[in-house]
Amino acid sequence: MTSAVYIHIPFCHHICHYCDFNKVFMKNQPVDTYLDMLIKEMQSVHKSNEPMKSIFVGGGTPTALNAAQLEKLCEGIQSVFNITDSTEYTFEANPGDLSKDKISVLKSHGVNRLSFGVQSFNDRLLEKIGRNHRSEDVYRSLTQAQDEGFENISIDLIYALPEQTLSDFEDTVDRALELELPHYSGYSLIVEPKTVFYNLMRKGRLPLPGEDTEAAMYDSLMNKMAAKGLEQYEISNFSKTGYESIHNLTYWENESYYGFGAGAHGYVNGVRYSNIGPVSKYIQSLEEEKLPVFHRSEVTLNEKMEEEMFLGLRKTNGVSLQVFEKKFGINMKNIFEEPLKEMINKNLLEEKNGHVRLTKEGRFLGNEVFQSFLGLK
Amino acid sequence: MNQEQRGNRQKNIRNFSIIAHIDHGKSTLADRILEQTKALTSREMKAQLLDSMDLERERGITIKLNAVQLKYQAKNGEEYTFHLIDTPGHVDFTYEVSRSLAACEGAILVVDAAQGIEAQTLANVYLALDNDLEILPVINKIDLPAADPERVRQEVEDVIGLDASEAVLASAKAGIGIEDILEQIVEKVPAPTGDPDAPLKALIFDSLYDPYRGVVAYIRIVEGRVKPGDKVRMMATGKEFEVNEIGVFTPKATAQDELTVGDVGYLTAAIKNVSDTRVGDTITSAVKPTEEALPGYRKLNPMVYCGLYPIDTAKYVDLRDALEKLELNDSALQYEPETSQALGFGFRCGFLGLLHMEIIQERIEREFNIDLITTAPSVIYDVYLTDGEHVKVDNPSAMPDAQSVNHVEEPYVKATIMVPNDYVGPVMELSQSKRGNFIDMEYMDESRVNVVYEIPLAEIVYDFFDQLKSSTKGYASFDYELIGYRESKLVKMDILLNSEKVDALSFIVHNDFAYERGKLIVEKLKKLIPRQQFEVPVQATIGNKVVARSSIKAIRKNVLAKCYGGDISRKRKLLEKQKAGKKRMKMVGSVEVPQEAFMAVLQMDEDEK
Repeated sequence: MTSAVYIHIPFCHHICHYCDFNKVFMKNQPVDTYLDMLIKEMQSVHKSNEPMKSIFVGGGTPTALNAAQLEKLCEGIQSVFNITDSTEYTFEANPGDLSKDKISVLKSHGVNRLSFGVQSFNDRLLEKIGRNHRSEDVYRSLTQAQDEGFENISIDLIYALPEQTLSDFEDTVDRALELELPHYSGYSLIVEPKTVFYNLMRKGRLPLPGEDTEAAMYDSLMNKMAAKGLEQYEISNFSKTGYESIHNLTYWENESYYGFGAGAHGYVNGVRYSNIGPVSKYIQSLEEEKLPVFHRSEVTLNEKMEEEMFLGLRKTNGVSLQVFEKKFGINMKNIFEEPLKEMINKNLLEEKNGHVRLTKEGRFLGNEVFQSFLGLK
Repeated sequence: MNQEQRGNRQKNIRNFSIIAHIDHGKSTLADRILEQTKALTSREMKAQLLDSMDLERERGITIKLNAVQLKYQAKNGEEYTFHLIDTPGHVDFTYEVSRSLAACEGAILVVDAAQGIEAQTLANVYLALDNDLEILPVINKIDLPAADPERVRQEVEDVIGLDASEAVLASAKAGIGIEDILEQIVEKVPAPTGDPDAPLKALIFDSLYDPYRGVVAYIRIVEGRVKPGDKVRMMATGKEFEVNEIGVFTPKATAQDELTVGDVGYLTAAIKNVSDTRVGDTITSAVKPTEEALPGYRKLNPMVYCGLYPIDTAKYVDLRDALEKLELNDSALQYEPETSQALGFGFRCGFLGLLHMEIIQERIEREFNIDLITTAPSVIYDVYLTDGEHVKVDNPSAMPDAQSVNHVEEPYVKATIMVPNDYVGPVMELSQSKRGNFIDMEYMDESRVNVVYEIPLAEIVYDFFDQLKSSTKGYASFDYELIGYRESKLVKMDILLNSEKVDALSFIVHNDFAYERGKLIVEKLKKLIPRQQFEVPVQATIGNKVVARSSIKAIRKNVLAKCYGGDISRKRKLLEKQKAGKKRMKMVGSVEVPQEAFMAVLQMDEDEK
């Protein structure tokens, strides 16, 4: 039974220099038709009336939609899914795009969590990375959202940006923490192909801070969060108790989720799938009464076990030996004897309270650990 | 065939090669000649047919020789039999070139109408002149905007001393001048001379291994005749075989009843190993042998050695099989088992030169799918010990202790560098810095200079060619030949990773450069070896003395802290890629070392000094 949903809105007014998600400039796009087809996709896939655990609307920029379009989308979502008080219902929001009327549309349709793409409080850096909002927009949007009654608010920060120094980032974290929000995410910049940054990097014109500074930033982030009483429940996520993102945890706990919209990814009935990316092709497929799935791959038992490890170990709690055995009927310590031994020896993994989890050092070198669980034969 | 028929046929045979610098259009010209003589239907026509291996086509060079028989209807009304013998275009293969030229009476000299003569071309022209070949200059690419055919014509006359007044102006690409070339072949290249009734004398100018037929020897009949069933003898090795099949390439292998004087084709005789059909050897009749072999045969000796090790130690046997298979086709390749403390079991392999080495290495990785560690190439040192003994050392790690060495000699080459006069300064500076001795400098014309140095082969192997290219903006061309051994003040430099000596990284260096190179290699290794979970000291030592040190910092952060949406497959791919990268590294002690690091000693370019 799939009770988590990701919904993708691939439109943006501005394209950030680091973004490689499926997105297009909004101007001249068939946005309303897209929303109709998106709702059609949801309707034709989900037929159950079971209450949902999580709905997450991301992008692109969902808040690039105007109030009327947001209303249409929210009504469509409500018509398909059983949203209850305990459903975590999140919209990603761009500080520059969020106005009062949009906020009230979201609020009146049961959205109970906002995730702001703040990235940095340094206006010079915001400009450099191609964001069109400035730090004052963050304060304004937050106040508006809180005035409308939103309390479960998260903001995303990015570190290891070009020209960013450790003190730049520490200042950003301090200013974020002053807001006393219940949830924060801190992501490190990964330069991906097909982005402005990638092209700059290839020309040698992207002054990235380097591994040592990046590690220092991550370390500082964790320390500052801890000092504020925010618990790190995953490599990049921090929250007050009870405010862990249900949606994020769906991924790390290797559970199923729908992906709706152009280029969205889902995992249903043991199959990972991705939707058609180009907006026009996506629309066309649904107009022809076809599901817009571009690629499907069934996850084998071995892959499931590997994923249980490399996703689950991202959580501070790690992977439960008991849950593993219950899910797969196999003892983790048997099937992964070698990597467990090696990683524990290297002091990257530890066993605690029936869980295998990353050590503090392991958190910095997660990929070294995750890879070691790949290649099950 | 009776005597008269043979005679008539022989007078209409023309055997020739094409000499050209890389990129001057040899392959394209060969294609045009094949087209014009209708050797192939257009459907069979594949671009650059003579370069048959993929690797050759990618690198734009010919490694394996080929010989094609073509029929040409000349303007004088007679039909001629042409044999076009292809030659490799690289200094590593000079000997093979000389043997395939020896199978010809003529050579087409292709010179780029914009670039003029290059050192490599010149070297091959001299080989052709040594073999008494008639040379037909062709000025190619005349349709290029930068073409200056008259200047190049003058250059051919001034530099080589050939009469270029009748040089054909051609564009192989555009099909211009091809017929003129064919007519000149008929008119100017002499017909083969030689007595069909004399004892058999056939020159082997190449051979390859065919899994169904055994070794296929490429031969040119100089005297006598050969037919299936004949008993033949290889004069250098003394081995005897019974001929199974003879034939010509049209370009498909086509069996014949008889090959006689002037014919260029192939011979099979259930021969198991290419080393039984050595390039340059003479095939004669075992029943009625000739007294004297053809001149010019010599056994090929490798000039450059390196260690080849499988990254995955379980692939040792696969590597041995691969080398065995390659050796079937390459008598110049030598190998013997070797053990390294750092790398485990592998082979020390000998090559004609660096290109030959790279080709073999690439073929093993590509055709046999074995990831390799290649150690830095080494020349052979003559080491004279204090006790009067003399040893040859082709592996730096096997260099005896300094205390027991009286002196060391190393191979020297005569390097001929042709360069526009603006770059003479940089060339001389480079040659000096490579321990070269100035021998001669000669103006070829107003703007081009031939500079001759004697340089240790080890310096050529090190990075001479790359530096020559960069210091002359690619205008220099270069050729070398081995001239013998000379005493040098050489020392062995060892490299320690995490305080453990890595034998596969040891190298021999001249005492005067030891300190500088030690520093360079330590810095280079620091760049090439990825950060490990702990700090790794890197040291360069001579004996017990540390001449340079640095350290690779411990890895600080490697964790995907990115918002990936629900795209788990992508996350998996990234992890798989990182893991595959690790698999291509070799565990040396507790340090993971990438392939490139073992070649680091070769990659210390100027900008890092």
